[in-house]
Amino acid sequence: MSSRRWRESSRTNISDEQITQLLSALRQLLPEIPHSHSRKASSAAEVLKQTCNYIKTLHREVDDLSDRLSQLLATIDADSAEAAIIRSLLI
Amino acid sequence: VKNPSSSLKSRFITRFLGALTKINAEDPISSPSPTRILQLYRRIKVASNKSMAYSVRSRRIWSRAMLSRFRSRRSAFSGRRSSVKTTNCTTINVTINENKTAKGGLDMQTDELRELVPGGEAMDVCNLLDETAHYIKCLTTQVQVMRKIVDFCHISKKSSM
Repeated sequence: MSSRRWRESSRTNISDEQITQLLSALRQLLPEIPHSHSRKASSAAEVLKQTCNYIKTLHREVDDLSDRLSQLLATIDADSAEAAIIRSLLI
Repeated sequence: VKNPSSSLKSRFITRFLGALTKINAEDPISSPSPTRILQLYRRIKVASNKSMAYSVRSRRIWSRAMLSRFRSRRSAFSGRRSSVKTTNCTTINVTINENKTAKGGLDMQTDELRELVPGGEAMDVCNLLDETAHYIKCLTTQVQVMRKIVDFCHISKKSSM
């Protein structure tokens, strides 16, 4: 089945285009770098690198927020915490 | 017109807040010991990731991979079969062993990304990029919601002092 794909060169052009589209969709999700003079990532390698960095940043933020929440829950009494939690349902 | 991402957000909020309420209720006497805080930190983090994975359900490869990780941890068996199905790039299936230079170069560069996205190791490049975009959107929702909750807890803490 894969040999058929090799012969259809037009199909590999479509998949290149698809990858380009997917990469540009990723690029849209990346945050702006405020102090950078260069425009947003252009090459595939740059997009991938910045994507990896962004995911790592988001993981760290989840970590940090979990840490802060744990501190807060440990120090607020249960009733106020419950009230705060319920109030945030009204977001 | 229903906005799918806002209903994902609501599902996440509902689940996560439910989990937090449970965690909070289990220790009525607030004890800020380091052990307790570490315990809470771990449970909150797992609750956050679980809530998001369950909110996405099995619609995505990454969420399925995460859910099967949680289940295998729970069942205490270390071996698990990962049957990852590709669902989104239905037209073109870019196989990893193609040696066209563009995709070959891309494959080498995706190694790090594959480690960061759950289930990434088994995805073809096409799926990997698509799944990554969705994964990032979900992570940002997680962060957004958690920030709001922290703010609310802060306000509540200040007012009770």
